[in-house]
Amino acid sequence: MQLSRDDLKEAYRRMRTIRAFEERVKIAFESGQIPGFVHLYVGQEAAAVGVCLHLSDADAIGSTHRGHGHCIAKGCDIAGMMLEIFGRQGGLCGGKGGSMHIADLAKGMLGANAIVGGNPPLVIGAALTAKTKRTGAVAVSFLGDGASNQGTTFEAMNMAVVLKLPVVFVIENNGYGEGTGVSYAVGAHDIAARAAAFGMPAHKVDGTDLFAVHEAAGDAVRAAREGRGPSTLELHCPRFHGHFLGDPQAYRSAEELQTVRQHDPLSLFRIKVTESRLLDSHQLDAIDAEIEAMIDRAAAAAASAPFPSPSDLIKDVYVSY
Amino acid sequence: MAKKTYRQAINEALRQEMARDADVVIIGEDVAGGQGGSAGVLDAYGGVMGVTKGLVGMFGPERVIDTPISESAIIGMAVGAANTGLRPVAELMFVDFLGVCFDQLFNQAAKVRYMFGGKAKTPMVMRSMIGAGLCAAAQHSQTLHPIFTHVPGLKVVMPSGAYDAKGLLIEAIRDDDPVIFLEHKALYEQIEEVPDEPYMIPFGEANIILDGGDVTVVALSNMVHVALAAARSVAKDGVRAEVIDPRTTSPLDEDTILESVAKTGRLVIVDESPPRCSLAADIAALAVTKAFRDLKAPVEMITAPHTPVPFAPSLERLYIPGADAVTQAVRRVLQS
Repeated sequence: MQLSRDDLKEAYRRMRTIRAFEERVKIAFESGQIPGFVHLYVGQEAAAVGVCLHLSDADAIGSTHRGHGHCIAKGCDIAGMMLEIFGRQGGLCGGKGGSMHIADLAKGMLGANAIVGGNPPLVIGAALTAKTKRTGAVAVSFLGDGASNQGTTFEAMNMAVVLKLPVVFVIENNGYGEGTGVSYAVGAHDIAARAAAFGMPAHKVDGTDLFAVHEAAGDAVRAAREGRGPSTLELHCPRFHGHFLGDPQAYRSAEELQTVRQHDPLSLFRIKVTESRLLDSHQLDAIDAEIEAMIDRAAAAAASAPFPSPSDLIKDVYVSY
Repeated sequence: MAKKTYRQAINEALRQEMARDADVVIIGEDVAGGQGGSAGVLDAYGGVMGVTKGLVGMFGPERVIDTPISESAIIGMAVGAANTGLRPVAELMFVDFLGVCFDQLFNQAAKVRYMFGGKAKTPMVMRSMIGAGLCAAAQHSQTLHPIFTHVPGLKVVMPSGAYDAKGLLIEAIRDDDPVIFLEHKALYEQIEEVPDEPYMIPFGEANIILDGGDVTVVALSNMVHVALAAARSVAKDGVRAEVIDPRTTSPLDEDTILESVAKTGRLVIVDESPPRCSLAADIAALAVTKAFRDLKAPVEMITAPHTPVPFAPSLERLYIPGADAVTQAVRRVLQS
């Protein structure tokens, strides 16, 4: 599927929003404004955006502890996300979820999930709903290389093949599960091949290349929508930062830390679209400035918003209270 | 109205709800059975205990969904489907298999609504089989309701008879929260009058099975029948036991228990699970914290021992709380 100029602008807008959001979250966290812990998606923007460009609000995604990028790519409200991460009233989950549990079901965002490998069974459930009710929707499970080793992932992959569910497993291989490298933790050294062994198409793609991700995801989403069953994409996309903010990354060499930013999905995108004269740098700069202002507003609003009221503690445990 | 078994009552509830609401689907291992077999038949099992027999013929394999043996995927798929518009009834064949799917229940199903600030609901039922008595040994005989009851966000239902089983299951399917529906494997042949039409029994309303003023006996699931046997035994001595079946452990009908204790001043709790952090301990704590001044005797807890369930019939009989032990407990509290 070809990307129009408007599509390209939208792709860039979403990627830039993720980058700017995460950089602002980093500043806010380091200045003590954000409680708990956060996991930044910087470096992986092309993965979430390249996939979600194919999805509408009717399609579902499941996300991970590193979920801000998926939320933004899927259309979650930026101000509501920032409020949520700050733990404030008006957050997408009323301040009761936080960074690792942002959800917006109206947008088809079934939730960030802080259990590694927690979402694949849930996502195949959304796919079962689509299949049973014949909605034509698809469901996408975003997971990491770490989750690729979980039994829940294996079970969900096999179940999806057996029931021919409209689902795409998008494995973002960023090189590390916490502080342990993929070359150690993935016994087969090949996540896509392992997924293929379940009986579905599985491809390795450069996850820093928006165009490559978009093309591969287009095929996988189309197959799911047309009733041809599940697929897996293994996207290689190193994270720029540590596992969590504050991670000293003693497990990464100085050389790796210096070179990881050479594969910056935003820079790569900018070079491609400007060299091919599809967009010019002024247009991209204008998007940058617009997004910067939006993030400024969101962060300022979040920092001054009230915390949840004490009565929220015992609300929404059940439908009745 | 006709006499039906506990198994038939559950099957009828499922059938009527599936006919009423196309969003209700059944998911589990061998809920039909026969897929991929050389005989080429469906409904080879109809559930390992025959509870879902016949449903695949009525509603087809797209609504009576046979799965691989993958409990995490079964339960998680039900959660995700419930979040997106179905009302799944997932089957965890034996409750002991909780060990291979617990995350999907207690970290996902139970917490989705709270974590997401009330923006999601999870209208699913997990049916599962509990209980000792069939020499199924340590990994197929447990009664794990205390574990579920401990988890905020889950509702826990334990029918003691066919009538309750149908009404509580229909209530469970129509409920918008995740409900754990625990069927005792020794009760499937239990027979009661069960209305043909659908009906609902609300959660959190205990059933006073036997009225009495001398001692309160609280029991659940199969233990209700043990308690009734004990009540009949002490009745010969003129002792009138009040037997209460809470029917659901979450929510728990505290008021009915406390009102009875206020009347009798004596409490015996019969629970098939081991004693530590059990429902027996929970109800005992309820009585001593909220009805201490009503109590005329120490609370008695008749439970399984703090052991796994043994295989040998002679040992299993010792494991399961029996009517004699309950009778003796009743006599002890009456002597205080």
